[in-house]
Amino acid sequence: MKNIINSSSEVADQPPIEEVGASFTQRLRERLVDVVAQLAAGGALIIVFIYLTFASPVFLTLNNLFNIVSQTAVTAVIAIGMTFVIITSGIDLSVGSNAALSGVLGVMLIVNSGVPWPLAILGGTIIGGIIGLVNGLLINAARLSPFITTLGMMGVARGLVSIFTNSVGVYGTPDDFQLLGQGTIYGIPIPLLVVVLLALLAHLILNRTRLGRYTYAIGSNGEAARLSGIPIKRYLTLIYVIQGLLAGFAGMIASSRVNSGQPNFGIGLELDVIAAAVIGGASLFGGQGTILGTLIGAFLISIIRNGAVLLNVNIYYQNVIIGVVIWLAVFWDQFRRRKFAVASR
Amino acid sequence: MSLSKDEPVLRLQHISKQFPGVFAVNDVSLDVYPGEVHVVAGENGAGKSTLMKLLSQVEKPSSGTILLNHEPIRFHGPQHAQSLGIAMIYQEFALAPHLTIAQNMFLGQEPLRLGLIDRSTEIQRSRTLLKQVGLNIDPRRLVSGLSVAEQQLVEIAKALSLDAKVVIMDEPTATLTEQEIHELFNVIHNMTERGIAILYISHRLDEIFRIAHRVTVMRDGQVVATLPRAEIDEKKLIRLMVGREIANLYPKPSTTIGEVVLRVTGITRAHVLRNCSFELHAGEILGFAGLVGAGRTELARAIFGADRIDAGTIEVEGKKVRIKSPEAAIQAGIGYLTEDRKRDGLAMNLGIDQNITMAHLPVVAGILNLGQERRTALQARDQLRIRTPSIRRKVEVLSGGTQQKVIVARWLETQAKVLFFDEPTRGIDVGAKAEIFDLIGKLAQQGRAIILISSYLPELLNMCDRILVIREGQIAGAVEREQFSEERIIALATGAREIEAQ
Ligand SMILES: Nc1ncnc2c1ncn2[C@@H]1O[C@H](COP(=O)(O)OP(=O)(O)OP(=O)(O)O)[C@@H](O)[C@H]1O
Ligand SMILES: [Mg+2]
Repeated sequence: MKNIINSSSEVADQPPIEEVGASFTQRLRERLVDVVAQLAAGGALIIVFIYLTFASPVFLTLNNLFNIVSQTAVTAVIAIGMTFVIITSGIDLSVGSNAALSGVLGVMLIVNSGVPWPLAILGGTIIGGIIGLVNGLLINAARLSPFITTLGMMGVARGLVSIFTNSVGVYGTPDDFQLLGQGTIYGIPIPLLVVVLLALLAHLILNRTRLGRYTYAIGSNGEAARLSGIPIKRYLTLIYVIQGLLAGFAGMIASSRVNSGQPNFGIGLELDVIAAAVIGGASLFGGQGTILGTLIGAFLISIIRNGAVLLNVNIYYQNVIIGVVIWLAVFWDQFRRRKFAVASR
Repeated sequence: MSLSKDEPVLRLQHISKQFPGVFAVNDVSLDVYPGEVHVVAGENGAGKSTLMKLLSQVEKPSSGTILLNHEPIRFHGPQHAQSLGIAMIYQEFALAPHLTIAQNMFLGQEPLRLGLIDRSTEIQRSRTLLKQVGLNIDPRRLVSGLSVAEQQLVEIAKALSLDAKVVIMDEPTATLTEQEIHELFNVIHNMTERGIAILYISHRLDEIFRIAHRVTVMRDGQVVATLPRAEIDEKKLIRLMVGREIANLYPKPSTTIGEVVLRVTGITRAHVLRNCSFELHAGEILGFAGLVGAGRTELARAIFGADRIDAGTIEVEGKKVRIKSPEAAIQAGIGYLTEDRKRDGLAMNLGIDQNITMAHLPVVAGILNLGQERRTALQARDQLRIRTPSIRRKVEVLSGGTQQKVIVARWLETQAKVLFFDEPTRGIDVGAKAEIFDLIGKLAQQGRAIILISSYLPELLNMCDRILVIREGQIAGAVEREQFSEERIIALATGAREIEAQ
């Protein structure tokens, strides 16, 4: 293309067009509107936070905040992967079962096989990755839909957990194992560090790497992506593997929090995870979503749950509130996209 | 209702529509009379489609009034506009592919009996309406199996079923062959005879002159002029549209034709392509002519690895290559600009820049070079004159022609040795067309080999060095530039050898 530019002709020699209708203020407005809109979920998070600070004396205590953070860590870690999956216009319903299976098998590695706990964490993560790989292969090689594939895997993995454990918890891990889910470094909770690091990494991958760009391209228009030479099956499979690895790792965080392997862990977790991504602006139609938004969504959900407990709200109402929050978030998101969004990001 | 020819059926008074950053339609006033074909012309992004969307109530005007038979109409959405008798045939189709023709035609107005859909009435009435538009197909067939031309006629038949008074057609011929256009014009003629007003958007000058009674030219959201057909000629129309003269619509440079770059032998794909072989030289512009559905796109897709082939070999620069995917094709130096930008060309909710670099990401070790991406996109914007306030704008909100330029830019970026351009000027204004042909010419001059697929013969006749005519999945013949003539190519395309023999 470069070489054409210098050559001249009757057609190419016309004066360049000026930017159409884009004064500085207009562009500024466009950007501001976009930024503000993206902060909407963040704004909600802040409001709820301030409200709870005043409504409950316990809320703003270190202990409680620590609790929120380590609770959210599990959801957030999986939701980071789910953001990738949803951007490709896919879905992974098996993450809760995957976390349970990986978490339990990881603990069994320590308890039954004597594997040192750091290696067992890696082992649990890899088991999650294998589950993700099976999902990815079923979707891309056997051409099942992501919904069906992962719905099936949700049952399979949950069944395997019961088979391996007879539905009883696995105990006997060393105390050190609790570091991952409950430890601190210089007073900062390790699960928080883990989430922040993973989120940063994921953000960079989404915005600065080929993998991230292809994730958006595949979700926005898969056929266009394929015809642009993107090996979409390979990338899609990889994304389900990443989701699986993160689910497996989250399973190990969960096990570490309770210092045991719990077969009933993570039932319904996939819904919180999907909700976090959606509240954060990811579109189930694909092509849209950000890590920051997802994190905000994950924290919003946990804070609402935590606040409800502190304020003694009936557990049933918690779910009602979360459901309404999902509606509001998606409504707002669609509204702003219709009204303002002209820039792609 | 009076159908007097002197009373406008539709009056637009000071209509405006503002989008963030753009005045898409700016203070437009316009009268439309019964029985007239009123052409709306103008550059890409001039606001033609937006104006039509205001009429069909897909978009709500920011200000202004619309009078239908002297009654101001209120905004209630597209369904309302249809019930008033304003029907729109969309630039991008709006039929449900998994429903049958009859189901589509009566969508939302199904004939009922005892509360259930009366299928036999539906089918019978569909059949009658289809006859009126010259379509002789079974209304029980699925829309997904129809050609573009057939889908369009179904949409028109649907408009007729609504007893439309004003029918809006936004670039209806963009994907039709000459024969199909001819049939469409007959249908349009019948409609005007019955007093239906047609609002017609097109970038094809020849057809504007063929059917227009009056022409309204828009530029930057405003009406520049509304003139009767008799008062305009091609030069004047172009000047009104683009605000300058265009010396040559088809700037074909002289090129030196070099070695064979692409050799295709015996490409076969069951039921679609049969034993297609040809050679393509460096610097050559080779045309694929043929009726819609003849297999031109299919042949291009097969060579590009988009569809599997059952037999045949492909050689690039003398080396045999195995192309099993578009990825492999691009690696072998082949690029393919798809004909349907919405379906398989653009990632709609990504930015212009991201779409441009999609086939050729600037990456080092998997990491994007965003600065390089921006420079590439800015360069492409200036070179192709992509009109946009920002290169980060979503392609979704660009006008059709501007979107097309974005795809062209994508493939220019890949530096491919062999480039397929499948209907590259679909929906592009005259100025931009000349620019794209100019570019194609320059690419050829650089020694790239070009295959141009177009349903508009003058484009092929003017731009190509050689034309392959494809009929029913086979190469029916090749014509060298010295022997170019419309008749010869049509004869080969339709299989009417007797014409050739005359
Ligand atoms: N939904 C939208 N949001 C923002 N801008 C829009 C939207 N729809 C159209 N525009 C802008 O309005 C202008 C007019 O677009 P329009 O589609 O009406 O042009 P057009 O005359 O039909 O062009 P073409 O010949 O390419 O089809 C363009 O600058 C376009 O980018
Ligand atoms: Mg248009």
